[in-house]
Amino acid sequence: MTCLYLRAHSSAGASSVSRQSCHIDTELYSWHSHLDLAAEMIHSLFLINHSGDIFLEKHWKSVIGRSVCDYFFEVKEKAVDPENVPPVLQTPHHYLISIYRGKLFFLSVIQTEVPPLFVIEFLHRVADTIQDYFGECSENVIKDNVVTVYELLEEMLDNGFPLATESNVLKEMIRPPTILRTVVNTLTGGSNVGDTLPTGQLSNIPWRRAGVKYTNNEAYFDVIEEIDAILDKSGTTVCAEIQGVIEACVRLTGMPDLTLSFMNPRLLDDVSFHPCVRFKRWESERVLSFIPPDGNFTLMNYHVSSQNLVAIPVWVKQSISFFESGPSGRLDITIGPKQTMGKTVENLKVTIHMPKTVVSANLTATQGNYTFDLATKVVVWDIGKLNPQKLPNLRGSLSTQTGAPKPDDNPSLNIDLKIQQLAISGLKVSRLDMYGEKYKPFKGVKYLTKAGKFQVRT
Amino acid sequence: MQEWANQLCENRQFGSKMTDSKYFTTTKKGEIFELKAELNSDKKEKKKEAVKKVIASMTVGKDVSALFPDVVNCMQTDNLELKKLVYLYLMNYAKSQPDMAIMAVNTFVKDCEDPNPLIRALAVRTMGCIRVDKITEYLCEPLRKCLKDEDPYVRKTAAVCVAKLHDINAQLVEDQGFLDTLKDLISDSNPMVVANAVAALSEIAESHPNSNLLDLNPQTINKLLTALNECTEWGQIFILDCLANYTPRDDRESQSICERVTPRLSHANSAVVLSAVKVLMKFMEMLPKDLDYYGTLLKKLAPPLVTLLSAEPELQYVALRNINLIVQRRPEILKHEMKVFFVKYNDPIYVKLEKLDIMIRLASQANIAQVLAELKEYATEVDVDFVRKAVRAIGRCAIKVEQSAERCVSTLLDLIQTKVNYVVQEAIVVIKDIFRKYPNKYESVIATLCENLDSLDEPEARAAMIWIVGEYAERIDNADELLESFLEGFHDESTQVQLQLLTAIVKLFLKKPTETQELVQQVLSLATQDSDNPDLRDRGYIYWRLLSTDPVAAKEVVLAEKPLISEETDLIEPTLLEELICHIGTLASVYHKPPSAFVEGSRGVQHKRLPGSAGSGESVDSPDPASAAGVTEAPPAVIPSQGDLLGDLLNLDLTPPTATGPPPAPSSGMQLGAMDLLGGGLDSLLGGDIGGSAAMGAGFGAAPAAMPASFNAPVSGGLDDLFDLGGSVGMPMGAYSPPKTVWLPAMKAKGLEISGTFARRAGVIQMEMTLTNKAMSVMTDFAIQFNRNSFGLAPAGPLQVLTPLSPNQSIEVSLPLSTVGPVMKMEPLTNLQVAVKNNIDVFYFSCQYPISMLFVEDGKMERQVFLATWKDIPNDNESQFQIKDCHLNSDAASNKLQGSNVFTIAKRTVEGQDMLYQSTKLTNGIWVLAELRVQAGNPNYTVSLKCRAPEVSQCVFQSYEAMLKN
Repeated sequence: MTCLYLRAHSSAGASSVSRQSCHIDTELYSWHSHLDLAAEMIHSLFLINHSGDIFLEKHWKSVIGRSVCDYFFEVKEKAVDPENVPPVLQTPHHYLISIYRGKLFFLSVIQTEVPPLFVIEFLHRVADTIQDYFGECSENVIKDNVVTVYELLEEMLDNGFPLATESNVLKEMIRPPTILRTVVNTLTGGSNVGDTLPTGQLSNIPWRRAGVKYTNNEAYFDVIEEIDAILDKSGTTVCAEIQGVIEACVRLTGMPDLTLSFMNPRLLDDVSFHPCVRFKRWESERVLSFIPPDGNFTLMNYHVSSQNLVAIPVWVKQSISFFESGPSGRLDITIGPKQTMGKTVENLKVTIHMPKTVVSANLTATQGNYTFDLATKVVVWDIGKLNPQKLPNLRGSLSTQTGAPKPDDNPSLNIDLKIQQLAISGLKVSRLDMYGEKYKPFKGVKYLTKAGKFQVRT
Repeated sequence: MQEWANQLCENRQFGSKMTDSKYFTTTKKGEIFELKAELNSDKKEKKKEAVKKVIASMTVGKDVSALFPDVVNCMQTDNLELKKLVYLYLMNYAKSQPDMAIMAVNTFVKDCEDPNPLIRALAVRTMGCIRVDKITEYLCEPLRKCLKDEDPYVRKTAAVCVAKLHDINAQLVEDQGFLDTLKDLISDSNPMVVANAVAALSEIAESHPNSNLLDLNPQTINKLLTALNECTEWGQIFILDCLANYTPRDDRESQSICERVTPRLSHANSAVVLSAVKVLMKFMEMLPKDLDYYGTLLKKLAPPLVTLLSAEPELQYVALRNINLIVQRRPEILKHEMKVFFVKYNDPIYVKLEKLDIMIRLASQANIAQVLAELKEYATEVDVDFVRKAVRAIGRCAIKVEQSAERCVSTLLDLIQTKVNYVVQEAIVVIKDIFRKYPNKYESVIATLCENLDSLDEPEARAAMIWIVGEYAERIDNADELLESFLEGFHDESTQVQLQLLTAIVKLFLKKPTETQELVQQVLSLATQDSDNPDLRDRGYIYWRLLSTDPVAAKEVVLAEKPLISEETDLIEPTLLEELICHIGTLASVYHKPPSAFVEGSRGVQHKRLPGSAGSGESVDSPDPASAAGVTEAPPAVIPSQGDLLGDLLNLDLTPPTATGPPPAPSSGMQLGAMDLLGGGLDSLLGGDIGGSAAMGAGFGAAPAAMPASFNAPVSGGLDDLFDLGGSVGMPMGAYSPPKTVWLPAMKAKGLEISGTFARRAGVIQMEMTLTNKAMSVMTDFAIQFNRNSFGLAPAGPLQVLTPLSPNQSIEVSLPLSTVGPVMKMEPLTNLQVAVKNNIDVFYFSCQYPISMLFVEDGKMERQVFLATWKDIPNDNESQFQIKDCHLNSDAASNKLQGSNVFTIAKRTVEGQDMLYQSTKLTNGIWVLAELRVQAGNPNYTVSLKCRAPEVSQCVFQSYEAMLKN
């Protein structure tokens, strides 16, 4: 199941260690601005690829020249890593608000005071929609579907006001391409554009269309938890928190009214819901009561804060040292299970960001493979399944540039892992009830724990 | 572009037929021509494909405006997709082809009558986007109909269209009465229509700041709150932002709005959450602090703010900028959440830097160990900017949390040991600040610092090191060598370093005059003759002048005690903070600048203020005019946005050259080097030259204010002007001085009678005595000494009784005092024990000086600093006094007090009562803040004093009384 709101973790390999960083201080450009008296929200959108080419532009008002992006390129150049480009930039006449998703920049041009979070949320929603429509959000996919993307953008925003951003509403207005439909349309001259008003658009439940019919009625929920943690040298937890999400896939006929209850809802420190969830019921009874959208959606996000005791599934014993004299260092890492509640740790991977002066690594892994990328100075050790009887170990020597001094900065370890059938917070769904419809649906809940930003200091 | 498209096509492995990229495949040659033909094809399908190709070209920024008539011809169709595509094209190009655009009008008007609401809405929406004047007049009738359409989808689209039209032609919208229709839509039955009407009205209101478009009253508020629950997430943002502009009538209304807004904190859309936070932060100002609900609300705010930090990094960034404001206003909300601000390795740099800032703001005695451990960790990261900021942060912790200072210093020393160049330099800069905050505590580390002298290549670090060497010259054996080594490359240094070096060497000279005369001569000549920087020259001349006329005075000026640097150095000034809190979630909140900085003057921005609290004591405590209930006066002038206070506060000596007046004209007297430095032959030269230099103010404003009278005396006119330029160093006249009283009766001192008083003249404390010889023999060899006292008063020179005092003779003596003597707290505070010696014996007496003698000339606090300080000082430190039988009006009182360096910073009048807000600074840097209430016709004044050292309050009050009644 794809997770719409999956956070854009920079995968270990991507965040290379180049740190000629940018100044957030955008005083670069003089503060006094000559803002247009015209008030509107998002004026224009530019899609920019990794190498800095603008490959799509959409103007909701007058056309703004591409040169406005030059300010952005200037900052991007300075930032070196695309992840480090600050999201809000000021130019003499505009503000540029951007997000970085799937190696693409979504850059919006703003002319007046407008809530930046509003813009950023909207841009992410655009990226989500593209992902939802075409399966991925990449330059190629957008180019292949450029007219549909353009139609979507027009449908999503009017004069800077978001119009339709709910996936199911959009899909009624502009149908997502399927191979079959494309072929049919080509033969018959049919259209991808719906010609009736989406039913959900103005009802009290805009997220659900009317007249949904399925032969197999099913409702599946995935409880996915990510552990964000920092462990110090000795393995002690500096801080740890859990970001949870419940992704739903609901295909139910008619207007079902669902109630999802938990064994232990008080675990959750903060929650945010899909608009379909009735907040009052949660406040009073701690149950999720809702009429679901049709299809895939994020039912709820939650947060278990660092003030609670968060279980850490693995321990890491590591020593990475460099010698004052001689061009070398040593590395020795062992990983073992800690609090796994009897489940197996899978997809275990360790990413080590080495100091810049390291030129090669001569290591031996008792399990899995390792790679060393000379350009990014990143060692990736792909372990796979963790066997508690035979703990994986990676050890060996590191070579540094001849003549280079002992590195000043400590390497940092990032851990990736997955544990199936476990929500590490201990959250459990106790039951799902359906009202309003008579049939009996298939129901299912899956749990998954993953490492989020799981970092071990050395 | 075309090459790119071709290449793209070639690179594609499988049939490009299925995707839109095929629209890029036409060849460049005759491309437009070909498209033209296809657009005019009879086949519907071909037409559609052609329009798609045109749109595809448009999306990549290609100019296809030449096809305008052909595309418009495709508009009359029943195929909705084709119609939409043509509309897309029209919106892009209508502006450049206004005459052609008229061709489309008929179709639009027709479509507005279509039975399908989707098409009606589409037509009205597109028409509004065509920014062509000629079209707008045709738009009015269809728009009017659509605003009253039976279908809410059409109504909500029409609402936005009014805003579009207003943007093109505001007068037209007003004349046509669309604004009223829009206002009616706020009461629409459909929440989406309400939300869009609110959004449109807010947008229009922004360009009419004084119009009463969004007339918010309890009824409309109620409607908005109802719609809030039912409309889309974006609509919720519009409504919440609109609610934030409302001022509830009382705390009960405020609470009920808060209760209905709180559920929005659980929304998945972070913009909704932040807008809700804004409403709550603003409205909770009105809630009494002792209300249970107030506490509940505070608790509810923390979790959603924390959750924002687990969102995408761009959202985190905006959230962090806002949290930075929130923790300054209400630190209690997040005080237990320190850990969520810990920096992770793969956070983007812009998130890391913001987190660091907030960590410092939340640092307290309770969590300082944790924070320091983290900061130390960060100081070994890779990113240079981040590491630097982390090192600075350690310094800020030391200054903020006194208990941690020692640990911070040792952490900094550890970091210096790493010898990483930029770490060492940052560490030295912050250690200088730590010295400024805790004098005479950590100087033992100076030796370690000196070891790293050679590695310093950044001006700020060099300047900091030089400052340290100069300031502690007496403890550094080879201070002269160290400073001399910097002198070699004097002209290659930055101004900051040059100024610092000049001051440091003068300090050194004053401390070790014998060995360093040559050095000081060298630096003075480098600064005055060989430099063309006016600030440097002027400062050089001042020092030269001081040293040559009166070394004692020079000592007082140059080595005067520095004010301690303030605890929280980069707080946002309170009025700006209040304004920014009202703008949470906006660009203003991201840049921490008032919204007025974003818009040109013509726009007219209303400054938002937090509402005052009802029934709490706050409005009484606070000198802030806006938070006191029932004040009807013009809103205070906006304080111009200010940069980072940090720099200014820490670098009194490093003031960058702000005023750059013309350099003094070269004069024949320039060959100063040849003259004897201490010979004092410079009067004529300086009198003329310096007086003409406008840059002096900047250079001099940094110098300590205590200006000895002896300095003033020989150089008249020219320098007085000069001091006025300096601003803070005015020459007060008429400072209060009590009448002389007998301190030492003759019978107790073998015939010597001393009566005396104290006065402050031209910034110098004078002990004025009359010595009378009531004995039979001549008295000679007078000398005077003070015991240690509360404020370090000490004679600045010998007691000048030049001629022998014959029997029955009296002599008036004026003894200048300095405040750099040894300090011991006395009881009473202003008690001074004096020993006077003459040829007969030594006599002891004690006297009391009015504390007003210690009020320094630069005791005028910045208004915003005053507000911050007043709020910052705990209420326990406040004391209130009555002054009876005083018959001055408030202005006269203010003038009178000003003469004694009690400065009135603000005045306001409430119900006939004048409130004066005043500040005073003592020689040892203690600030006393006062609120003086004067009621017309009432001879009794009320003085409220706030001071971090409350023990001085009683003395200050006595002075107030004395000053006012004389």
